[in-house]
Amino acid sequence: MRGVRLLWPLLAILIAFAVGGLLTWAFGHDPFSAYGALISGSLGSGYAISTTLTDALPLMITGLAVALSFQSGLFNIGASGQYWLGAIVAVWLGYSLKLPTPLHLLVCLLAGALAGALWAALIPGLAKAFRGANEVITTLMMTYVATYLGHYLIEGGPMQAPGYTPQSPHLLPSAILPNLVSGTQLSVGIFLAPLLAALTWFLLSRTRLGFSLRISGYNPRAARYAGVRPVVAILAALGLSGALAGLAGAVQMMGVDHRLFDSFGTSYGYTGIVVALLARNNPFGVLLAALLFGVLSSGANAMQINAGVPFHLVDVIQGVIIFFVAAEGLMRYLRLRSGGNS
Amino acid sequence: MNVLANSELWASTLALAIPIAYAALGGVMSERAGVVNVALEGMMATGAFAAVAVSAWSGNAWLGVLAALLCGALLSMLFAWATVYLRADHIVTGLAINILATGATGFLFNALYGPLGTPSNTPSLPRWVLPGIDQIPFLGKIVGHHEALVYLFFALLIALAWIFRRTATGLRWRAVGENPKAADAAGVPVLRVKFWAVVSAGAVAALGGASLSIGSLNSFSPHMVAGRGFIALAAVIFGAWAPLGAFLASLLFGFATALAFQLQSVSNIAKNLLLMLPYLVTVLALAGLVGRTSPPAADGQPYDPGR
Amino acid sequence: MSALLEVRQLTKRFGTLTALDHVDFDLLPGEVHALLGENGAGKSTFMNLLYGLLRPDSGSVSLEGVSYQPASPKDAVLAGVGMVHQHFMLIPALTVAENVALGDEPRRGFGIDLGSVEKKLAELAAEYHLEVNPRAKVADLSVGLRQRVEILKAFYRRARLLILDEPTALLTPQESQQLFRAVRAFQERGISVIFISHKLDEVQALSGRVTVLRRGQVVGTLTTDQTSPAELARLMVGRSLAPPVRPPSRPGPALLEVRDLQAQGLGPLGFQVRAGEILAVAGVEGNGQEALIAALAGWSRSQGEVLLDGRPLGRLGVRARAEAGLGLVPSDRQEDGLVLPLPVRDNLALRAYHRPPYSHSGVLDLPYWATHAETLVREFDVRPPDRRAPAAALSGGNQQKVVLARELAASPKVLVVSQPTRGLDIGASQFVYSKLLDLRAAGKAVLLVSLDLDEIFALADRIAVLYRGRLMGTVPSESATREGIGLMMLGQEA
Repeated sequence: MRGVRLLWPLLAILIAFAVGGLLTWAFGHDPFSAYGALISGSLGSGYAISTTLTDALPLMITGLAVALSFQSGLFNIGASGQYWLGAIVAVWLGYSLKLPTPLHLLVCLLAGALAGALWAALIPGLAKAFRGANEVITTLMMTYVATYLGHYLIEGGPMQAPGYTPQSPHLLPSAILPNLVSGTQLSVGIFLAPLLAALTWFLLSRTRLGFSLRISGYNPRAARYAGVRPVVAILAALGLSGALAGLAGAVQMMGVDHRLFDSFGTSYGYTGIVVALLARNNPFGVLLAALLFGVLSSGANAMQINAGVPFHLVDVIQGVIIFFVAAEGLMRYLRLRSGGNS
Repeated sequence: MNVLANSELWASTLALAIPIAYAALGGVMSERAGVVNVALEGMMATGAFAAVAVSAWSGNAWLGVLAALLCGALLSMLFAWATVYLRADHIVTGLAINILATGATGFLFNALYGPLGTPSNTPSLPRWVLPGIDQIPFLGKIVGHHEALVYLFFALLIALAWIFRRTATGLRWRAVGENPKAADAAGVPVLRVKFWAVVSAGAVAALGGASLSIGSLNSFSPHMVAGRGFIALAAVIFGAWAPLGAFLASLLFGFATALAFQLQSVSNIAKNLLLMLPYLVTVLALAGLVGRTSPPAADGQPYDPGR
Repeated sequence: MSALLEVRQLTKRFGTLTALDHVDFDLLPGEVHALLGENGAGKSTFMNLLYGLLRPDSGSVSLEGVSYQPASPKDAVLAGVGMVHQHFMLIPALTVAENVALGDEPRRGFGIDLGSVEKKLAELAAEYHLEVNPRAKVADLSVGLRQRVEILKAFYRRARLLILDEPTALLTPQESQQLFRAVRAFQERGISVIFISHKLDEVQALSGRVTVLRRGQVVGTLTTDQTSPAELARLMVGRSLAPPVRPPSRPGPALLEVRDLQAQGLGPLGFQVRAGEILAVAGVEGNGQEALIAALAGWSRSQGEVLLDGRPLGRLGVRARAEAGLGLVPSDRQEDGLVLPLPVRDNLALRAYHRPPYSHSGVLDLPYWATHAETLVREFDVRPPDRRAPAAALSGGNQQKVVLARELAASPKVLVVSQPTRGLDIGASQFVYSKLLDLRAAGKAVLLVSLDLDEIFALADRIAVLYRGRLMGTVPSESATREGIGLMMLGQEA
């Protein structure tokens, strides 16, 4: 049984690729050359691998953010919004503060995390804790608010750089995470991912706070009996989750984008949900799942250019993966159908 | 204050509320039958795309509406199958359906139309003028001429309110959402009732998508639903899980959007800040009232007849 | 007379457990036939098979000489079998008429014809003396009236065989008497009744014959007149049943003192529980028991004074109350008392993980949890004896042992226990009783909130009766009678 539980996500991935292949074929493309382009575009060279890691990094961190909230029984589906708040604040401090390198990096990263934490805890968190407002809706609504805020800041707002382009000034060199592989966008930020995964694991499984969050997640009434104050659990869970998402935004700005520009359509936070679910909210599993989606994302453009298959195929694959991860009952169902009544 | 006296504000409040209101009606149907429907967003996206695609292909916008209904129902079947028969988590499955729908419509949009987008000669739905009513001063300008789906919405609203209160189907929907075990014991085929409630809900929500794409406009873009499905979910809660309540709540969100558009033309507040308004109103509405209404007793709980 | 229902060699297995083992059973027309057995003896499985909720693995059932194999409750209803479940199958948000019509709705055009349902209900009410307002919401009805609606539902569907699953479990003695009168009326009209119970006196009062089930097997079918409670009890448990030994009490000073306690749906009320004493709070379900627990536990806001060994608990939170010496066994062990997916080890630490020795400066001491759990599992004989097993994998009795072990390990001065044996079999109940009596002997105070009068009379030194959130009075158990307590449970002065 345990084996099947672990195998199921892998099976979901296989099914998703099969569905994607069928769709590709239905539109007159050769699925094998499409997937070939996808793989060589993501893993075929040192450059490709660097790009894959670069793409995976924000997914790893937002995946951890979502996994932490899910383990606490809260659906923070607005990690995207917290990501953008982290990005905005990190960029702002990154070009406006004048500090020596290591300190500047630290300040920007921490401020990004704090911004994400507040974005999640302040409105959705308080609304949930005191008014019972469903966080599925509020966190997502705050994501739209965050992206409009981003647009506003660089389109005539206080963060627009001189000139007509809607973008912020570049970060000062002291606020840029050092590059790891020259000629690529991979920064030393990649080392943060395993560190954060280990921290998240430790927090959830070895600390008092983590235990409080998990029992609140499993059974809020038992948590009340155990003396956990729901208000504290909700604010802590959403705050910590938001902090991770905000950190993801800061790392992305400081390692890759180096400025704020109109890329608000990218929703790492949303993909983070898929990553967390595929990993069953296990922090180390999140790293692996994010790598898979890094492959999909970095290979998608190569697939569109070299095989002519729209990169939206990747979204379809994500959707199918998650559908089957969610529909775990399918296994049970198939077994019953096949006549076994054990 | 002359903004509020502008009949255009109120007319566009109604027009902007209708897509959300369709999805909210779908939400009411599904949640009264006990299935939390986060997938409304995906249903709307599917409906919006199917409507445009078939309208462009056939040259008939009504066929587009039909296609939206069917595709919404089909996608909802997947959602209903997973949530009702496989007892998958409603929220997780709903999110999966959303990602799937966004991906699939984006993929098909690109595969079919490429960078140019949907054809510019795609027919949109006719605007209907209510003879007589459109002549009433002020009010006539607000409700007198709208696209057809606006008027059809009211027919659907009345029908649904009647179904809920006065028919066996409605009684069964309410029963399975409140206490599926009791309904089961009374001989109601619980899973089948839930399944079809969710499928119908998907069809209705897809109409909301159709009204976005071929109602006033005649085009589709991959992110055009922009959270309206989630706003609709908030409207369901705000409207206390009742059809009329959900519609009134949708009006509130329509008003916020309409106001944002109106203010853009008369004030210096940046467009992007005003566009936050409907989303902020949603959050405030939820924070302001929830706890005073309560959902159907078994909302969100998968039902296992064997236990 | 030929049997209405004939059951032959009926067998049902769940995995390795044989819940029903080659059962034979006959029911005559117009007969009230009691089915007696402990929890887990197979009574509910048997009835669920008859009502189409489960399907047998082997064996046969015939109804009026015709093979009867219901695949669903609908089949059972069509065959004239009605069932009143222990936990009512009613939908509180709907009206009486809607509840009755559900699943078999009379149509008029596209709509539903509730008028005809109301008319039919009025006729049935007159025939069987079961009056109830068809337009009332079920949520607003008392437990007794809800049961009436359940019975009407069955008769509305023309039931000729009525299964009553522990019908008196939630009723006051007076409501039970009304039910018994109604059942005799059914009998006169030729309706057959299967009456499930584990209360010997009811079986004696009501039934013509009684079949006793033990571990899925029929251990005997007897004519009620020719048997005795002692014989039935021996058949039921396989040994003679001794009430728990309760030595005379020598109560000390008050350890729990409640004055003018008031909360939503509760009070004002006051009482004391003294050292070495068990005070029981009796009452019909829904009369403020949960509000009382919540106020004492610190889950909800309340006014008034609660003193524990003289120390005011006032605004203390849940954890501070526990540390002050207040133990709590909540009514719903699965919803409140345990985190089912977590292992026994974690559940045993659930109430104290925030402080040493369970954790130090915010970090959990898991090795300590493991040794602590190992000790308690052995001491309380939790089965399986595996601290790694998720609580969900334990039986109800073993789950309750985990809850008790955890609360007693904190050596409380006062233990509040609510419905401690709900759903437990006799063996597990005896275990719980002995632990509560041990506490009493050790000079602790026990507040027992229970719906079960047998339990209350077996354990309590004094009995307080809760009615609509207030105490009707407190009587020493030696001088209390069931009838007196029953009247107080209905809000009348004894």
